[in-house]
Amino acid sequence: MQPNLALSSTSLLDTRRQVETPEGIDLILRPAGLMPRALAFGIDLLIRGAILLGAFILLGVLGQFGAGLGTILYFLVNWWYPVLFEMLYQGRTPGKKTMGLRVVHDDGTPVGWAASLTRNLLRAVDMLPFAYCVGAISCLSHSSFKRLGDLAAGTLVVYRDEEPKRPQIPEADIERAPFPLSLAEQRAVLDFAERRADLSGARRAELAAILAEPLDSLPDHAEKRLHGIARGLVGSA
Amino acid sequence: MKQHLFEQRHGADWQRFETLLAPLENGKAERQQCESFAADYRHLCQHLALAEERGYSSHLIDRLQQLAMRGHQQFYRHRSHLGAQIIRFVIAGFPQLVRREWRAVLAGSLLFFGALIGMGLLSYLFPELIYSLIAPEQVRQMEEMYDPGARRIGRFAERDSGEDWVMFGYYIMNNIGIAFQTFASGLIFGLGSLFFLLYNGLVIGAIAGHLTRIGYSETFWSFVVGHGAFELTAIAFAGAAGLKLGWALLAPGRLRRAEALRRAAGQAIQLVAGVILFLLIAAFVEAYWSSMTYASAVTKYWVGAGLWLLVIAYFLFAGRTRHAPD
Repeated sequence: MQPNLALSSTSLLDTRRQVETPEGIDLILRPAGLMPRALAFGIDLLIRGAILLGAFILLGVLGQFGAGLGTILYFLVNWWYPVLFEMLYQGRTPGKKTMGLRVVHDDGTPVGWAASLTRNLLRAVDMLPFAYCVGAISCLSHSSFKRLGDLAAGTLVVYRDEEPKRPQIPEADIERAPFPLSLAEQRAVLDFAERRADLSGARRAELAAILAEPLDSLPDHAEKRLHGIARGLVGSA
Repeated sequence: MKQHLFEQRHGADWQRFETLLAPLENGKAERQQCESFAADYRHLCQHLALAEERGYSSHLIDRLQQLAMRGHQQFYRHRSHLGAQIIRFVIAGFPQLVRREWRAVLAGSLLFFGALIGMGLLSYLFPELIYSLIAPEQVRQMEEMYDPGARRIGRFAERDSGEDWVMFGYYIMNNIGIAFQTFASGLIFGLGSLFFLLYNGLVIGAIAGHLTRIGYSETFWSFVVGHGAFELTAIAFAGAAGLKLGWALLAPGRLRRAEALRRAAGQAIQLVAGVILFLLIAAFVEAYWSSMTYASAVTKYWVGAGLWLLVIAYFLFAGRTRHAPD
């Protein structure tokens, strides 16, 4: 296993969960917290309201038959809306899709009928006594932000990651590291170069200065040297 | 191997894998396209493992990680032969499950039917008792509903055949809603299920006893006997499923509470699936048979008795054979 990954899952303050798959790799799941989930629920609530309003206006024209259909529709939208979306739409309701979330089993596999039904029926308890108080407390106190329904069903709400943008490793003279780097150190040097755009100039200089002594260079030149080492690690680009 | 070379060599494969994922995720993939999917996925996993082992940059690992994640989602997608699953569940799975979970089912049934029968007898013997449970206004409505003078009986007394739809919809919504509530509230250490089982049992028993006492027994009993077989068992089972959740929290045994709850929920939700099925049947029977007046009361009693026997026989005997269809 990667030393730096092992580190991040045990000692660092991190919400990521690692799941080992039969292919021998670790999938990384990032559970979503209370706020994005609440927003996703709010969006779904609006959509459900709009569906019901539209349907009742439309079915009102049909009279008694429409009223019968209306009650069935109300039942479906009330209880089955999340289940059907999660099952038929890759674990996402429209609200979750908007917030970039998705429901999966604890082991990272797509959510199934039983789990989806469980978590959505037990929503009734999470809503108690009002405004999702129980669910919110459970969500805030669990390390993977699970509400009671998720606990019983064995599901997680995770972020669906965006496609990462390709970072440019800054121009520098390619050089070899003056001493052998461990894998974690190698990753750290590469990360430093790739994340150049996200860090301020002063912070970069400060970080690089830490390594000035082992690199045998002046603190001002350390950043340039690190970029050079990073380029050397990646190979000619 | 340097990272740059690695990317150059395999970048095209990853690109191809990515373009294959999009139609899979939208459910629009062609059969031919997917033939190499499993191999491509494993190949990608291998590349990810290599990249991590060789300490390549975060950007590359994140990208492969993400592709692997998306591939994993498609590769381990649950096959849903929903039709076959439902048939198997109806033929053997549900009665087997009920027999396996006999403790919870027995507890739920005793609570519900015990309350129902006990309250029925009491309110038959003591006329005022019903008013301590149900408001006089509602009692009056109930009496009107089952008045032998009315042309049709049931919850929507004055209605045309076109309105059967309204009733069907109403029954589905109302009854399944109650069942879901009874189940879900079991998560509160079983207290919710306990309450709903007893409360519903008491109310139904009180009404039955009251209506029998005032002499509306024929309209009432001929109405409820048919769908009652499905509806009452379903409510009792929904409560049983809820009690199972509560029991897992109260007495998790040697498991941790979260794990015990997760396992109990796996079984309980199947009971709920059976409950939904039974309530759909009940709603159908209630809307299209129980409320019909062309059949005489005697016919309805016979049919009702037949349905009760059918339900009991179903749970006792279905799915017993060794080679039950699976």
